[in-house]
Amino acid sequence: MGKKLTKIDILTSPSKLEELKEALNAIGISGMTVSNVLGCGVQKGHKESYRGLSLDIHLLPKIKIEIIVCEVPVELVVETTKKVLHTGNIGDGKIFIYDVENVIRISTGDEGRDALQYTE
Amino acid sequence: MKKIKRFSLFISLTFLFVVILSAVVFAQGVGDPSGAATGAASDIIAKTAGSPTQDEILTQIGKNRLGINYVWVMMTGMLIFFFQCGFAMVETGFCRAKNALHTMAMNFMVFLVGAVGYFLVGFALQFGGVGGWSNLGAGAATLSHEVTVGGWGLFGTKGFALASGGTYDVAVYALFFFQMVFMDTTCTIPTGSMAERVKFSVFVINSFFVSMIYYPLFGNWVWGGGWMAQLGTRLGIGHGVVDFAGSAVVHSMGGMMALAGAIVIGPRIGKFKKDGTAVPFLGHDIPMAIIGTIILFFCWFAFNAGSTTNGADFRLAIVATNTMIAGAVGGLVSMMYMWKKYGKPDPSMTCNGALAGLVAITAPCAFVNGISSFIIGAISGILVCISVRIVEDKFKIDDPVGAISVHCVNGVWGIIALGLFADGAYGDGLNGVAGGVTGLFYGGGFGQLLAQLICVAVLIIWGFGTSYLFFKLLDKTMGLRVSKEAEIAGLDIPEMGMVAYPDFVLNPKDGE
Repeated sequence: MGKKLTKIDILTSPSKLEELKEALNAIGISGMTVSNVLGCGVQKGHKESYRGLSLDIHLLPKIKIEIIVCEVPVELVVETTKKVLHTGNIGDGKIFIYDVENVIRISTGDEGRDALQYTE
Repeated sequence: MKKIKRFSLFISLTFLFVVILSAVVFAQGVGDPSGAATGAASDIIAKTAGSPTQDEILTQIGKNRLGINYVWVMMTGMLIFFFQCGFAMVETGFCRAKNALHTMAMNFMVFLVGAVGYFLVGFALQFGGVGGWSNLGAGAATLSHEVTVGGWGLFGTKGFALASGGTYDVAVYALFFFQMVFMDTTCTIPTGSMAERVKFSVFVINSFFVSMIYYPLFGNWVWGGGWMAQLGTRLGIGHGVVDFAGSAVVHSMGGMMALAGAIVIGPRIGKFKKDGTAVPFLGHDIPMAIIGTIILFFCWFAFNAGSTTNGADFRLAIVATNTMIAGAVGGLVSMMYMWKKYGKPDPSMTCNGALAGLVAITAPCAFVNGISSFIIGAISGILVCISVRIVEDKFKIDDPVGAISVHCVNGVWGIIALGLFADGAYGDGLNGVAGGVTGLFYGGGFGQLLAQLICVAVLIIWGFGTSYLFFKLLDKTMGLRVSKEAEIAGLDIPEMGMVAYPDFVLNPKDGE
C-alpha cells in the first residue's frame, strides 16, 4: 500500500515565484506545475478608465503552483510556503490542500508513492 | 609536429600582414576623400566630355530640376505607402486579440485591391483631365480630357490602365505612384470603425468601390481640375476649394465612410448595455498601436511635404514643420485632457490626439504658420477626446479605433481651419487664382472660408451620402456583419481560418 497522496495549490503574487520555487526545491520538491491566473479575494477592486469609460478591476494577475507530495510532509510544505510568502498584508495568497486518488508516471508506469520518487 | 605547424602558421600570417600593409601604404591613391574635386563640367552629359554646348547645358539644368522632383515625389510616395503599416498596427492594437488577424489582413488587403482598382479605372477618372503636372515635366499633359457640364469639371477619361490616350509616360506613372498611396489611405480608414464584426469580403468590394469611383470623383473635383477647384476662377470664391494634402480628399472622405459604415453595421455585440451605457472593450496591444502611431507620424511628413511635388519648393520645410507641431500638440493636449479629466494619461487617446492633429493640419499645412499650426493642433486634441465620448454616449455609434473622431471630425476641422488661418504667404496661382491663399483671420475675408464650407457640404452629401447608400446596398445583398457566433468566437478562425497567436493560446485545432 502506498502512503497518503496530497495535492497542494499555492496562489500568490507572480513576483514571489522564484523565491518560492527555491524554497520548495530545498525541502525535496522538484516537480510542480505553474500557471498564470487571475484571481481575487474578499477585498473590493478599484476603478480605472479606458478612453473615458470607467471599468472595474477586480481580478488581479496571480500565479498558481500545484504540487503533489507523498514522502514530504504536508505540514513542512505549508510552513515553508508561509515563511516565504508571509508579509501580513492583503495579497500574500492562499494555500489549498486536497486528497489525491492516484499519481501515475507515464514513462515507467509507476503509481502512487513511486511515481513521485526522483531517485537516480 | 605541432610546433612546426604553429610556427609555419605564424610565418604565413606575418607574411600576409606585411603584404596587405604594403599594398595599403604604398598604393598609388587617386581618391577624393573630401569630395571637393567631384562634380565638374565633365559631369554634364555632353558629346565632348568637359565641353558642353549651350544646348547641352540647358538640357542638363532642365533634367536636374525634374530629377530633384522625381526623387522627391517617388521617395515621399514610398514613405506614404508605409502608412499602411501604421494603420494596420493602430487598428489591430485597438482590437481584441481574437480579431487581430482579421483586422491586420483587412488593412493589407485594401492596398492590394485599391492598387488594382485605381490602376484600372480610378486614376483616369481622377486625373485624366488634369491637363498636366509641370513639376514632373511635359509628359503629364497627355492627361487632357475632362468631362464637363456647363464648363464645370466632373471626371477625366485619360489613363485607364495607365495606357489609354498616350499615358504610358514617366510623368504620368510618377503621378499615379504618388496619388495611389493617398487613395489607399481612404480605403483603409473605414476598416477601423467597422472592425471586429465586418465581413472580410465586404471590404474587398468596398476597396474596389473606393478606388474606382468614390475617391477619384471627389479627388477630381478638388485636385484633378474639377468643379470644386474651379470655384475660384469661375465664381470668385477664394482660390476655390483648397486642400493641400487631403484633410478632405483623403481623411474626411475616409472618415465619412467610416461614420456611414459604423451606423449601418451597428455596434459590436455587448458594446452597449440594455440601458445604453457603453462598455469598454480593451485594445489587446496598445504598445502596437503606439508604434503604429509613430509610423504614421513619421510618414505624415512625407504625406504633407511631398504634396509640393517639387523638391525645390522650399515651402516644403514649413509644411513638414507645421505637420510636426500640429501632431505633437494634438497628442500632448489629448494626453493632458485625459489626465485631468479621468486621472491618468490614457495612451490610446494620446495616439488618437496626435493623429487628430495630423489630420487637421493636412489641409492647411502649406498655408499657415507655426503658431497657427499649434492652435489647430491644440483644438484637434480636445475635439477628438470630446468626440469619442459623444459618438459613443450620445449617438450610440461603436467605433473601435476612433476613426470617426480622428478622420471625419478633424478632417472637417482641418478644412475649415484653412479658411480661417491661411495667411497669404503661399499659394499664388493655385487653382488659377492670383495671390496667396488667405483666410478670415488674415484679412482674406469670407471667400476662402465659404469655399471650404462648400467642401464640407459636398463631403456630407457625397462622402456620407454615397457611403451610406453603398453600405445599405451591400447589407441588403450580402450582409455586412458576420454571424453572431463568429463575432463572439472572434473573426480570426471563421473568416481567416487561423488564429493570430496560436502559440499564446490553446490552439483550437489541438485543444478540441
